[in-house]
Amino acid sequence: MKRRDFLKSVGVVSSASILPFLKYLPAEAAGRKDTLVVVAGHGINSLDLHRKGTNRPSYQVTVNIYDRLVRFGVKTLEDGSLSYDSTKIEPEVAESWTISDDRKTLTFKISPKAKFWDGSQVTAHDVKWSFDRAVSLGGFPFVQMKAGSMTKPEQFVAVDDMTFQVKLAKPSKLTLPDLAVPIPFIINSKVAKAHATEKDPWATEYLHKNPAGSGAFKVVRWDPGQQFVYERNEAWALGPKPGAKRVIVREVPSASTRRALTERGDADLYMDIPAKDSQEIVAKTGGKVKVSGAPIDNCLHVLALNLKHKPFDNVKVRQAIAYAVPYSDIIKAAAYGRGKPMFGGKNMKPTDIEWPQPFPYDTDLDKAKALLKEAGMSSGFETTLSYNLGLASWQEPTALLIQESLGKIGIKAKLDKIPGASWRTAALVEKRLPMHLENFGGWLNYPDYYFFWAYKFGHLFNSSNYKNPEVEKLVDETLHMEVTDAAYTANVKKMIGIAFEDVPRIPIYQPYLDAAMQSSVDGYASWFHRQLDVRGITKDSV
Amino acid sequence: MNSKLYKIGRRLLQAVPSVLGVIVISFVLTRALPGDPAVYFAGAMADQESIQQVRQALGLDRSWIEQFFIYVGNLVQGDWGQSLKTGQPVTEELLKRLPASMELTLIGLGLAIAVAVPLGILAATNPGSWVDHVCRMLVTAGVSLPTFFTGLFLVYIFYYLLGWSPSPLGRLDIVYLSPPHVTGFYIIDSLLAGDLETFRGAVAQLILPAATLGLFALAPIARMTRGAMLGALASDYVRTARANGLSRATVLMTYAFRNASLPVLTTLGMVFSFLLGANVLVEKVFSWPGIGSFAIEALVASDYAAVQGFVLSMALLFVAVNLTIDVILTMTDPRVGLGD
Repeated sequence: MKRRDFLKSVGVVSSASILPFLKYLPAEAAGRKDTLVVVAGHGINSLDLHRKGTNRPSYQVTVNIYDRLVRFGVKTLEDGSLSYDSTKIEPEVAESWTISDDRKTLTFKISPKAKFWDGSQVTAHDVKWSFDRAVSLGGFPFVQMKAGSMTKPEQFVAVDDMTFQVKLAKPSKLTLPDLAVPIPFIINSKVAKAHATEKDPWATEYLHKNPAGSGAFKVVRWDPGQQFVYERNEAWALGPKPGAKRVIVREVPSASTRRALTERGDADLYMDIPAKDSQEIVAKTGGKVKVSGAPIDNCLHVLALNLKHKPFDNVKVRQAIAYAVPYSDIIKAAAYGRGKPMFGGKNMKPTDIEWPQPFPYDTDLDKAKALLKEAGMSSGFETTLSYNLGLASWQEPTALLIQESLGKIGIKAKLDKIPGASWRTAALVEKRLPMHLENFGGWLNYPDYYFFWAYKFGHLFNSSNYKNPEVEKLVDETLHMEVTDAAYTANVKKMIGIAFEDVPRIPIYQPYLDAAMQSSVDGYASWFHRQLDVRGITKDSV
Repeated sequence: MNSKLYKIGRRLLQAVPSVLGVIVISFVLTRALPGDPAVYFAGAMADQESIQQVRQALGLDRSWIEQFFIYVGNLVQGDWGQSLKTGQPVTEELLKRLPASMELTLIGLGLAIAVAVPLGILAATNPGSWVDHVCRMLVTAGVSLPTFFTGLFLVYIFYYLLGWSPSPLGRLDIVYLSPPHVTGFYIIDSLLAGDLETFRGAVAQLILPAATLGLFALAPIARMTRGAMLGALASDYVRTARANGLSRATVLMTYAFRNASLPVLTTLGMVFSFLLGANVLVEKVFSWPGIGSFAIEALVASDYAAVQGFVLSMALLFVAVNLTIDVILTMTDPRVGLGD
C-alpha cells in the first residue's frame, strides 16, 4: 500500500473512533455531580459483619447499607468539623423507647417508616433474628454485644410485630450505646431464612455477598480487590436524604497514588490520610483540597510497660520512664501535630473525669534519673522496645525517639520490630512484650470502659499484665453504673488517680483521624468506628 | 512429530516431582511462619475464647498431617481452598488476578522486546559508536532504578504534572464496565465483544505500568541481544554469507539474528518469570488487581490457602513457560533437541 493511502486510512479510522467517546463527554460531566469517588487503602472482604474473618474496612459497608435500632447524633466541633456525639442517641429503626423502672428492660417501638429494600415492613421479629445472629456467631460480634450485657438470644423478645424488648440481668449504661455500634444491624430475616440451610442456619454464605437490609444505600456492585459501588435507596425514610446518589469506593494500595489522585481532583474523598500528607496537601492545592479530622474518642497512643518483666514491676522505674519520654518531639515528628497532647498535667490527682486527659508527666530527665536512683537502678538496665510494623508510620519515629531519650538516663532499649500479622498474638494474647507501643481505643465513650479493657488483669488490651485489686473493684462497680449516679464521678476520679500514680501505660497523645476531600464535598463527620459514613455527605457543584 | 509429542510428554512428567515438592514445601512454610490466622481473623477485641472458636472454624486445630491430607484431597478434586482474607474461593481469585498480571507482564515484555532487540542489534552493528553508548546508558538506567521508583516517577510526570495519562486507578477507569469474561485479558475480551471504547480505555490504563515494567526488562534483553549478535557477526558463516555477496539485510536478519536469537529466547523465559515477581511493586503503585499484591496480602494475613494456591500456580506457570521456550528453541534450532 502506498504511504499516502496508508496515512489517509489512518486519519479516517482515528477520527471515526472518537465518535463513541462524544456521547460520554457531556453526560459524564453532569453525572459526576451526584457521584462521589472515594479512595481507600484497604479493600473489604465481606458484606456481612457477623461473618468470621470480616476485616475492619468491611464495617463501613454495614454502617451505610444496614440500619440499627438507634444511632448516635452528630455535633459540630470548635474548628467547624463534624463529629459523632456519643452523648446523643437518636432514633433510627426504633422511633421511641422506654426503660423500665428497674432499668433491666428496654422496650423499643419500631417505626412504621422503616421498610426493607423489598418494600416489606421491618418488624420486631427481624430485629430478634438479627440480634440472635449477632450473639450466636461468635468472634468479635459476640464480644462487642457482651460489652453491652447482651449475650443470650433469650434476652431478645419480640413482644408483637412492632415492639421489641431487650432484657438485662443487671442494669447497664452501656446497653443503649451498644445498640448504636455497627454490630447489631437489622437484616431482612424472611429473605435470609429463605437462603439458610441446615448447615448454615444463619445464611452466612448468602449474606456474605447479598445483603438484605433497609439502609440508606445499597451495594450495587462489588469487584473484590478493586472497588465497590453504593447506590442511594430512594425509599429510605429514617433520616435526611443522603446527598450523593452514587458512591464509588476504589481500592488504591499506594498512599502516594491516593494523594496524587486527590490533588488532581480525580478522587473526591481520601479516608484516613496520614498526618504528614494532611498537612502538606492543603498548602499544595491552595485550599482546593480541605482536611477534616477530629481526635478519636476514648483512644490513646501509649507506651506500655509489662509488669511481668523486671524492673517494670517497680513503680518508681515506671514513673522514671514517664518522665523520660520526649513527648513534644513525638507529637512533632510522629504525629505531625495531629495529636492531642496527653502529658503535662498540673496535678497528681485528677480534678475532673474528662477522658482522655493529660497525665501529670512531662519530659524531665533529671527527675527521671532521680527516680531511677531511688529505685536502686542508677546504673540503668537493658530492655527491648517492641512496635508493630503495620503501624510503622507513627510507631517507628516514636520508638526511635523514646529509645534515644531512654539512652540518656541509662536505659538501653533494643528495638524489636514485629510484623502486623504477629503483633496481636505477641502483645495482646501472650502479653510477652516488656516495653511496647499500644493504641487501644474503645468504641463506647466512657473512661470506665477504657479501664475495663486496658487495666483489668487478663483482659485483652491490658498488655502490661497490670493487676490492682482496687482498680478491679472500682471497674466492676462502675462499668454498668449510670453516669448520673452519685458514686460515678468519685469512682472514675479514683481510677484515673491510680492510673496517674502507677503508670503501667504512659499516654503520649490522643490521635486524630483525618480525611482529605475536595472543597465541594461537605457533611463529612468523624466516627468512633473510624469508617466512612456516606449518609451525611453532600457534593456541591463546583 | 510423534517422537516430539512423546518428548514433550516426558518433559511434563519430569516436572511432576518438582510440583509435588512445591506443594509440600509451601504447605510447611506457610504454617511454620510466625503469625496466626486465627488471631488475625478473630478481629479486634477478640479474646482467647473467640480466637479458639475461629481456629476450630478454620480447621486449624487439627494436626499438620491431617490438614495436609485434607488439602491434597481437595486439590485433586479441584478445590484449592477458600481465601480467608477476601472470602472468595482461591481458584476464583487466581483466575481473576492471574490474567491481570499476565496481561501487564506480556505487554511490558512486548514493549521491552520492541525497544531492546533493535537497540541491541544497532549496538552490535555499530560497536563503540554513540548508538552503543546510548544503549548502554538506557539499559543501566532501566535496571538500576527500582520498579516502584520508575512507576511513581512516571505517574508524577505524566499524570500529576502533565495530565496526559489517565488516573492510575487500576485496569479500567470508572466510566467503563469490564468486558464479558472470555480470557480475562481486557484487551482481547473487549475486542472480542466489539467494544472499542473499553478497548481504548484498557490500553490507556496499560501504557504507564507496562512502560515501567518494560524499562526494567530492557537491560537483560538488550545486553543479551548485543552480545549474541556480536558473536554471530564475528562467526564463519556470516563471513561466508558476506563473501557470497548477500545483501546486508539478509546477512543481518536471516543469518546473524536467527542464530543470535537462541540465547535471547532463553533469557526471555527468565525475564518473564522475573517480571511476574517484580509485578508487585508496579501493582501497588498503579492499583493493579494482580497476583503479586494478592500474594503479599495473603502472606501478611497468614492466609494459608491463598499463599499455597499462589505458589502452586506460579510453579505450574514456570514449568509451562520453560517448556514453551524449549519447544520454540527446538523449532528454530535443529541442533537443540527436547531430550535429555
